[in-house]
This record gives sequence, C-alpha cells and structure tokens, in this order.
Amino acid sequence: MYRYDQYDASIVETRVEEFRDQVSRRLSGAMSEDQFKPLRLMNGLYLQLHAYMLRVAIPYGTLDSRQMRMLADVARKYDRGYAHFTTRQNLQYNWIELKDAPEILADLATVEMHAIQTSGNCIRNTTSDQFAGAAADEVTDPRPWAELLRQWSTFHPEFTYLPRKFKIAIIASDEDRAAMRLHDIGLQIVRNEAGALGFKVFVGGGMGRTPMIAPLIREFLPAEDYLSYLEACLRVYNRYGRRDNIYKARIKILVHEIGADEYRRQVEEEFLHVKTLGIDPPAAEFDRIAAFFAPPAWEEGLSDDLDLADPEFRLWVEQNVAAHKQPGYAIVTISLKPIGGIPGDASADQMDLMADLAQRHSFDELRVTHAQNIVLPHVKKADLHAIWQALSDAGLATANLDLISDIIACPGLDYCSLANARSIPLAQKIAERFASLDRQRDLGELKLKISGCINACGHHHAGHIGILGVDRKGTENYQLLLGGSGAEDASLGRITGPGFDEDGVVDAIERTVEKYRAVRTPGERFLDTYRRVGFEPFKEAIYG
Amino acid sequence: MKIATGNDLTTGDVVWWDGEGWTRHVEDAVEVGEHGPALIAREEAARRVNVPYIIDAELTDHGPRPAHIKDRIRARGPTVRPDLNRRPIDPATGSWVI
Amino acid sequence: MVEALRFRDDAVHEEPAVTLDAFLGQTNATAVRLESDEDARALIPHLDRLALIEISFPTFRDGRGYSAARILREAGYTGELRAAGDVLIDQVAHMRRCGFDALAPNQPLDQAAVEQAIGRYAFSYQKAADGRAPVWALRHG
Repeated sequence: MYRYDQYDASIVETRVEEFRDQVSRRLSGAMSEDQFKPLRLMNGLYLQLHAYMLRVAIPYGTLDSRQMRMLADVARKYDRGYAHFTTRQNLQYNWIELKDAPEILADLATVEMHAIQTSGNCIRNTTSDQFAGAAADEVTDPRPWAELLRQWSTFHPEFTYLPRKFKIAIIASDEDRAAMRLHDIGLQIVRNEAGALGFKVFVGGGMGRTPMIAPLIREFLPAEDYLSYLEACLRVYNRYGRRDNIYKARIKILVHEIGADEYRRQVEEEFLHVKTLGIDPPAAEFDRIAAFFAPPAWEEGLSDDLDLADPEFRLWVEQNVAAHKQPGYAIVTISLKPIGGIPGDASADQMDLMADLAQRHSFDELRVTHAQNIVLPHVKKADLHAIWQALSDAGLATANLDLISDIIACPGLDYCSLANARSIPLAQKIAERFASLDRQRDLGELKLKISGCINACGHHHAGHIGILGVDRKGTENYQLLLGGSGAEDASLGRITGPGFDEDGVVDAIERTVEKYRAVRTPGERFLDTYRRVGFEPFKEAIYG
Repeated sequence: MKIATGNDLTTGDVVWWDGEGWTRHVEDAVEVGEHGPALIAREEAARRVNVPYIIDAELTDHGPRPAHIKDRIRARGPTVRPDLNRRPIDPATGSWVI
Repeated sequence: MVEALRFRDDAVHEEPAVTLDAFLGQTNATAVRLESDEDARALIPHLDRLALIEISFPTFRDGRGYSAARILREAGYTGELRAAGDVLIDQVAHMRRCGFDALAPNQPLDQAAVEQAIGRYAFSYQKAADGRAPVWALRHG
C-alpha cells in the first residue's frame, strides 16, 4: 500500500501544527465557534451529543497492522477503548476532548494517518472496492487512482469552500461493491476496445433528503485526462451549485436542475480549457504510486482444498469468505455485526487482534467496507481455520455477511446531534429477532440499512429493506422502505406507508420477509422477488 | 421549566447551568426563566460553555428531566452502552432516558 | 476600518471599482468589482483594460471567488486581483494560490499572521495559479 514520501509527510505534519495553532486560538478566545467550526470540520472534528467526535480518514478503506494498532492505542489513550467504522470506510471516535485533538492528530501522523477533509464542504475521503487487488473481476486495482485523487483533492485551494460536501467513489469492476452510483462523482475504471484504460464518469448521485442515482456524464474518459476532467467537474459545481439552501446545495441538485446533458456540456467546455493548464501529473507519477499496489508475493501452486468438516467453520467459510483471484487464497470478511452488538464498532482489543491477523496472514493489509465490516484481502486457504478460531474467540466470527443481521446502521440518536431517532437499538432488536443462522441463510442475501435521520448516513435508500428514523411529535418513529440497492443494479427504496414504533417496525420486517418466502421462486433473492412481484403485495402484507 | 445546556469547550462534556456555573449533573440544573438567552450569550462569550441552548424540562423528584429524548441521552450517555453512562449503576437510568 | 494587504510592487490603483454591469457599459473604467454570483468569464475579453479586479466574499463559506480568481489568471490577467469581504486568516493561503495578490478583509488581519499563513505549507499537491511547482513535479523533475 501507499507509503508517504517526504512531501506527503511534510503536508500532514504541517497540517497538524496548523490545527494545533487553530485549537489554541479557539481555546484562548481569539476565534469564535462560528469561525472555528469550518476549520475543525476540515479536520474531521465534530461536536456531537456527548463530546467531540473525531473522524479519521482511511483512504480508500485500506490500512496496515501498524495503523490499526495506532487506532486501537488512540482509542485506549484518548477515548473509551473502542471505535466505530463508518459507511465511508473511515473511523470515528466518540469521546474526544478538544484539547487532545492536536496530539491525537500528531500521533496519527506518525503512522501516515490523518483526519484531513473528513468533514466540511470539501472533497471527502475517496472510497473504493474493499476487494481491490484481490478480486478476479477487476480491470485493474483502482486504488492507485484513488491515491492520485487523494493527493489532488487535499487542500485544493479552489475547492475548499464548496457549496456542500463532495464524495467520490472509484471501482474497477462491473460489480459495484462501493455504492459508486450513489456518490457525487462515481468512477468505474474500464478498458476501451483498443484495450486502453479509462473511466466511466457518473456525476450527481447521492442519498440524504433527495436521493438520486448518478447519471453517466462521460462514457469513456482516457486515463491521462483523469484529474483535468475532475477539475472541470468540480469547477462547474463550485461556480453554479446552489448556495442559497443547504438542502439543495449538493451537486446532484445542480445536475438534476440543469439536466445531465447541460451539465456535461459545461464540463466538456471547461475541460477543454483546463486541459491546457497541464495539471495532470506525468505517467511517471502514476507508475510511482502504482508500484505501491503491486500484487503481494503470493505463493504459487497452493491447493484450493479446504477441510470443512467442522460445521461452524463451514458456515463461516460459506458466508464470509470470498474467492480470490490467486489459487489457494481467499478474501475474508470479518463481521462487526455480532447479534445484539453495535454495528461497525470494535474494541481496542479487537482492533489489535485484527491487526495481528493481518500482519500474520494477509500480507499486513486490512480493508474497511462501506457496510462497516473489515476485510483481510489476501489469506491462504490453509490459514482460514486458524484465523476463524482466533476471530471466534474475540467475537468477530459471526457468519452473517450480506444476511439480514449484517445491518448497516448509523450511530443515530445515541451519539449524533443530527439524529431524530436511535438506530442501534433497532438494529439490535432486528438481529435478535432473526438470530437463528439457519433462518438467516434461508432468507439469503438481504441488505438491511438503518438511518437515524434524513441525512442517510446509514444508506437506508439503498437497502433491500431500509429504515428511516423520524421524530413524530417528540417520539421516535420508523419508516420502512423496500427495494433499494447500492450495487450495480442501483435503485432507491420506496416508502411502504405510515411509520411504526420500534417494536412495530421489527414486526413489519417479519411480515415482509414472510411474504417474500411465500412468493419467491427457488433461489430468488429478496430484492429480485420484490422487483418481480412489485410493491403492492408487500404493502398488503405489512399493513393488512 | 426551562434549563440551559451546552458542551464544555475544552472537553466537549455535556454541561448544565446550575445557577453559578456549568455542571455535568443534570439533576443540579436550575430554572433559567426569561434571563436564559442573555445568560447563555454571556457565558458563551466568556468561553465558559460552547454552543449553549435552552430546553424544556420537567421538574421531578430527582431533579429536572429534559423534555426531549435527545437531551436525556446527552444527560446520561448512549442508551446502548450503559457501561459508559453517567450513573452506570443506577438501574433506573434506562427508564429515565426512554 | 479596512486594512488592505497587497503582494504587488506596483502602485495602488486609485480608480474606484465599478460594478460588472457598469464596467461592461463603460469604456473608460479600469477597475471592476465582481459579486460572488457574477461570471468572471464576462471580463475575459476586457482584461487588457483592467488594472484592478475586486472579487467579493460575502461570507467566507462562499467559495466561488476562488474559481473566479483562477479563471481570470488562466485567461492571462496580470493586474491586481483583490479578495474583499469576509476574508479570514485561514483562507489567505488558498487565496494566494488561486491568484489573489491583494486582500481587503472586513476585519483587520495581522500582517505577521498573514505571512505565516501563506508560508506555512512548503509543498502543495496541485498546480494552481501561483506558479508553485506541485509535488508531482518535484518528484519527477
């Protein structure tokens, strides 16, 4: 994975000192909260319900054991011994003190980590496919491109005060494992007929108050025009994105209001001009970065055989272990969704364990998924059983990847000052209702996503079953949505009808899945049954 | 009743106006009445509190109970981590919040 | 009271800045003020007439002026480019990188703090309007 050179290190370290200075100006009163807020946000520091919250960037979801151990140490030293992995492949600490924030950033900088631009109206962490470099279906590893993007977007002087936040995702396969179409800019690396690398560019997706699937703006963008084109996309947005209304300021609104064709026309015009400025780095820079992402030194000729005599091990392999492009290897997903646990949370001890396993068994690499799980990307099949046992001892071996209890849930009203309702207790109740692994496996792939408010950090619009928490006359209420998808078959969930209280929505989900079982064809996923039979039968089943 | 709440600037801790200063214990919060807005403006300007605001609360035998669940969660801690709650050994904490 | 900070050696331009509409209607104005919602490209045909362009930042959160500045510099404008309005110390470095060479903040800025802010980052990742070599150029000569 990428390693900082003197320039990267200098930039991050300078930022630490700049922030230290800004914090001391805030604490001394030289700066008001109004002036300080956008600055602390640009270092990922929120003021949440209980304390300051720090969101640490994990660029394109990739980290090594040294970094994971540092995240664990920060949790112990400055927080309450745990952390939360987010739907943008980042990590959050919930109990940070402002006076400690500069020191935390200094500690993180020693392992090439930072919290730069993880909040604020700027370009955020670029996310990517958690199976990058390991999956057979990718055209190329997307992460060198993500790293180029990280550098280009860091402290970009023109785009630091955008109308609103800006999120980019990049994948390199037809299967979309990063919800790419639901980003402000989504990029898919492809090859054209001549075999040259380029990008499909989608602009104007997003969730939140007005969810939209990004339309295609450019069918094929040659690799050498990458950053110039993105610069043009951002410049058009910066100039014309709405600034009168915070709820209408995302690029999806601009693209929707002027239309994809007009947006494309403006971008292409600007791109022709930007291309003359020479802002694209030379191929040598791409090659330098790509060298860090060369395939690890896999062993050749390893067997793909696995002893699956242990039934619990077998269940875990079937559910949580994916095929690797190298024979004899596998991709492991570590579930952070134990039944009754808090989705996406890990204790410092669990983080240390995952670091150890990565170092010993996965070429010292881990990934964070947007579904709030952790991946060990390059594991020898021969090591799977030992890994599984270690994970089991630590409560990290729940065999529920993509099953109904593999819930995406935002922190909700338990932590977040924006929330209208709690999401975690609901996730726990749902998981407990469906705790039986047999029942879950019978239901099959069922992506359930919960947001505690309209900001949709829990991606509820993209859930096969989605839940939105609302405030109904001072009490928590939950709307149920069906039929969303964040994969390459992107679709937005539809609200079923009146909302429910917490117990009511769990019962409604039960009725929904029983309806699915009643009408499905053999092997048909919930989402496909819903798309085949339509909304009405499910609405009928839910409301009677 | 009306009480004032905010966060401690340095630590981010949830605090409540107790008549003389900012306390971490909601049960010591006092009625701020019509002076509330002026009070919190003064305190914020002096940096003794960050982002303060006034809320409704019900006066109970155990002190003020904020009207909105959000502020009750702020007072006690996340409902899903009782070990991190203020007064974690108080079994009534859960029902007080929810 | 407004403190102006200039990073130019030439004399301060004495003519007052007129509005964009007025400028486009007049043939003798040499200074124009652009509001944040006005299109900088309207000035491109007239850059040789201009000695001063002032770009408004009504609130520091309104970042349109950064694009406006770069567009004007990219079009070849070499006169004074002034950021006026809600300009705080933490925006100054970005403004210089986008091509501003004068600041007219609503609240006075300390000269030493401005210089520290501008010089703080030894390296920048991107090419912008300030002629600074981006990191990728330093890496590959």
